[in-house]
Amino acid sequence: MTLATKLYRFTLFGILFFCGVKAQQIGLMEYLSDPFEMEYVMELVRQHLVLVGSSMLMATIIGLGAGILLTRDRMKKHTPAVMYVLSLGQTIPSLAVIAISLSFLGIGTKPAIFALTIYSILPIARNTLAGIQAVPSGITDAARGIGLTPFQILMQVELPNAATVILTGFRIALVINVGSAPLGFLVGAGGLGDLIFTGIDMMMPVKLLAGAIPTTLLALVGDYACEMLGLLVVPKGLRLQNS
Amino acid sequence: MSIIDFIQQNLDQTLTLGLEHLYLVFLSLCIAMVTGIPTGIAITKNDALAKKVIDVANILMTVPSIALFGIMLPILAPYGLGLGKVPAVVALVLYSELPIIRNTYTAIKNVDSSLVDAGKGMGLTRWQLLKEVEIPLAVPVILAGLRTAAVMNIGIAAIAAYIGAGGLGVFIQQGISRSYEEMIITGALGVSILAILVDSGMALIERRLTSKGLKIEA
Repeated sequence: MTLATKLYRFTLFGILFFCGVKAQQIGLMEYLSDPFEMEYVMELVRQHLVLVGSSMLMATIIGLGAGILLTRDRMKKHTPAVMYVLSLGQTIPSLAVIAISLSFLGIGTKPAIFALTIYSILPIARNTLAGIQAVPSGITDAARGIGLTPFQILMQVELPNAATVILTGFRIALVINVGSAPLGFLVGAGGLGDLIFTGIDMMMPVKLLAGAIPTTLLALVGDYACEMLGLLVVPKGLRLQNS
Repeated sequence: MSIIDFIQQNLDQTLTLGLEHLYLVFLSLCIAMVTGIPTGIAITKNDALAKKVIDVANILMTVPSIALFGIMLPILAPYGLGLGKVPAVVALVLYSELPIIRNTYTAIKNVDSSLVDAGKGMGLTRWQLLKEVEIPLAVPVILAGLRTAAVMNIGIAAIAAYIGAGGLGVFIQQGISRSYEEMIITGALGVSILAILVDSGMALIERRLTSKGLKIEA
């Protein structure tokens, strides 16, 4: 473990400690020790996870699929146009995406999941595309030379080689997703945004922090989990190169 | 089209909010630029420190924006700054630091060492080397970082409407609470158009400021 990773953890714990002290000062612990409130917070965490989980699942399937499709020979000519649309889509703010989907899907969980999915597809698709494109053509040629079918080339050569880049895209999508999910409250999807926005409106720091801290932790844990996932998904040979 | 009617009737307010939005974004971008670029340059001399600084900026970036607004509220509230433009600008500056510092750092690091050596051989001082060789070569990448930061900030500034910072997010916020669809769409479209315009504007500046010799290569 390098000094930098130690510092990373140290800073993380430092922030947590600071939050803890601050929380104690303003009575967050008291608030959370109320069994009724705690139950409510847990319910919101569950809603939040459902929002993030279902939208990420859909986004991963669509994003990976789109990325893979666009690198097939038959579709290659459309790639620049799709990439342009994707990067343009990424510039649209998340609140705008949620607000627009509210206007045609109505109030509830549906517009939130829809908006989060749309918003998370972009980084995954873009990175899948970039990752597969970056696989050296020598390697795919070699695979073709030893008689692999296109599907085998995809599964055994292209995807493993692109795994690092794809995972980065997934990670960006996850962090954006967890961070945008609180906005789902505004369209009636619940989640931890409930506590944050109500807390701001009521000027009640306790309520607000009970929402903001779990949201932040979810984002940090998700980010960290992706890093760990990298150790599982990325083939050993490629990992050596990086470190 | 009722949206066009809405914009026509509220043209003044739309423009005011749009300008307010841009003001928030550019103010924070300037602060982040003035602090971020020198930091990025300074840490190129010390790899261990660089890793730490970028890690910290990375963690800040991971914190969801609305949660950051929330966490800053009790911290800034005792000074009477919990709501309004100040926490919004603070958050925007914090979010912009990562792309700016990271891009400055990588850009300066990636300057061909033979070019730096040639500069040294010509007798340039450390400062001249930075000004004449390293920064011109790094400009495209640094500007790309600024562009990322600017686009991201437009999105976060929209959310800042909920802590009373103003901007086009106000239309989205009030539109949702009033179920006023035209208002929501005006706000959402306004923010999106602003983001796309700033993105392409910055791309243009990027091309303008890149030195001629670099463009031929690309």
